[in-house]
Amino acid sequence: MDWQGQKLAEQLMQILLLAFAAVAFATGYALGSFQIMLLIYAAGVVVTTLITVPNWPFFNRHPLKWLDPSETEKHPKPQVGNSSSKKKTGKK
Amino acid sequence: MHSFWYRANALLTFAVTVLALMCAMASLSDNLNSPSPSANVQVLNINWFQKSTQGNDEVSMTMNISADLQSLFTWNTKQVFVFLAAEYETPKNSLNQVSLWDGIIPSKDYAKFSVHTTNKYRFTDQGSNLRDKDFNLTLHWHVMPRTGKMFADKIVMTGFRLPNDYR
Repeated sequence: MDWQGQKLAEQLMQILLLAFAAVAFATGYALGSFQIMLLIYAAGVVVTTLITVPNWPFFNRHPLKWLDPSETEKHPKPQVGNSSSKKKTGKK
Repeated sequence: MHSFWYRANALLTFAVTVLALMCAMASLSDNLNSPSPSANVQVLNINWFQKSTQGNDEVSMTMNISADLQSLFTWNTKQVFVFLAAEYETPKNSLNQVSLWDGIIPSKDYAKFSVHTTNKYRFTDQGSNLRDKDFNLTLHWHVMPRTGKMFADKIVMTGFRLPNDYR
């Protein structure tokens, strides 16, 4: 997932769960059935999991631009002077 | 939100928190219910009234206990525990409460009942104070919820008296 996708996934998760909870409570209260409330909410949790947890393509619509591997040859990593510092202290 | 398991964990935690919130709301909704229960008890017969071997008075009686507790049930009620207690005063104790009968009402359908029974539990005194004793029969109930706060209340029925001598 890209950064936008992660934000979208988190927002979708929170909104979907709260929406299902509201529907579940309202239905359960109106019908007078605690069990109906729990069943609707459990179904909602499953649906939300299927929508927001797997890495779907629509979460990756703003993909990060990683550098091409050939770029690394143009910009070599600077050498860490470990051996040169040892030589210095030895001389002193 | 950078991996499958991270998102799954966040979702599960949030889902359980929201579930706790729903249960709290369900428990609060019980306060909207204003119950109107009714009860009536008749003592049909004093079967025997004796002093036990330990020196304590003991009574056995047949009663008819009828009540309508249907209005106590809400969508969040698991069951109602109901018991009948005899209450009286002695020189030693300002309040004696002896449970004579109890039952569990699992649903609204069973909440209107009429029970013809002898006392399920012994009506025994701490001593021998029961002769010619005035006592109340109080029907107590506990409304046990599916989630949240338990409510308890009672109906006091006065005017009962034990015989003035053993039989």
